[in-house]
Amino acid sequence: MVPLNYYLILSGILFVIGVTGVLVRRNAIIIFMSIELMLNAVNLTFIAFSRYLNSIDGQIFVIMVMAVAAAEVVVGLALIIAVFRIKETVNVDEINILKW
Amino acid sequence: MEFILFYIFGFIAVVSALLIILQKNPIYSAVFLILTLFSVAILFLLLNAQFVAAVQVLVYAGAIMTLFLFAIMLLNIKYEEKAFSKLANLKITGIFVTFVLFIEFMYMIFLRKGLGIAGNISPEKVAEVGNVELIGKILFTKYLFPFEVASLVLLVAMVGVIVLAKKKF
Repeated sequence: MVPLNYYLILSGILFVIGVTGVLVRRNAIIIFMSIELMLNAVNLTFIAFSRYLNSIDGQIFVIMVMAVAAAEVVVGLALIIAVFRIKETVNVDEINILKW
Repeated sequence: MEFILFYIFGFIAVVSALLIILQKNPIYSAVFLILTLFSVAILFLLLNAQFVAAVQVLVYAGAIMTLFLFAIMLLNIKYEEKAFSKLANLKITGIFVTFVLFIEFMYMIFLRKGLGIAGNISPEKVAEVGNVELIGKILFTKYLFPFEVASLVLLVAMVGVIVLAKKKF
């Protein structure tokens, strides 16, 4: 059996790649994809722990995370499209009306 | 066998995750995200979570990614020259912050003391009863309230999107 730490390290790497995407990329859609990647890394941790603790609760949590992720993506993409209608761009550097 | 599958699909997941944030064209990023989600689904299968793996493929790789591709299509984004931040400072700071975060993760993984409360759902029981039946039973008894709240969250998201998608606010 693959040790638990291997799965934790893998999901740590995936999460860190997602954080890098959010911090470095400026395209709002790619930032959203990176957030999905981070959610997936956390899901992998949940499933790995649920397998190694012989418990099924982790899988329920993953289903809840997926429901919230679906809602979040739908609202987020609608917001991006609404911003695009006004500003004609999805580059977050140029969406700076709130900047002081 | 399990090790080989873990290494293959873990490698695919990490490489395509890197390609998501390195591609300039958002469509290619979306395709690589689908690849990542598929390989994570196979890792779920390796971890004896068949139902979650199926939901991952259906909901994430199916529904959410279709939505992403539709949004990219609607937005009609031109090939961007400045895919990365024009603030070079931010790029370096971002990579530094994530490096620190990674070190922190590794430190926590190898220092891990407690593990949590062990349950009684052994792989033999999963093979005997079935993963879907176990999830259904616990979802409609112990976790009934979160399940109902999740349906409310989805309803609110639906209403919110319909309001946002209207031409005039």
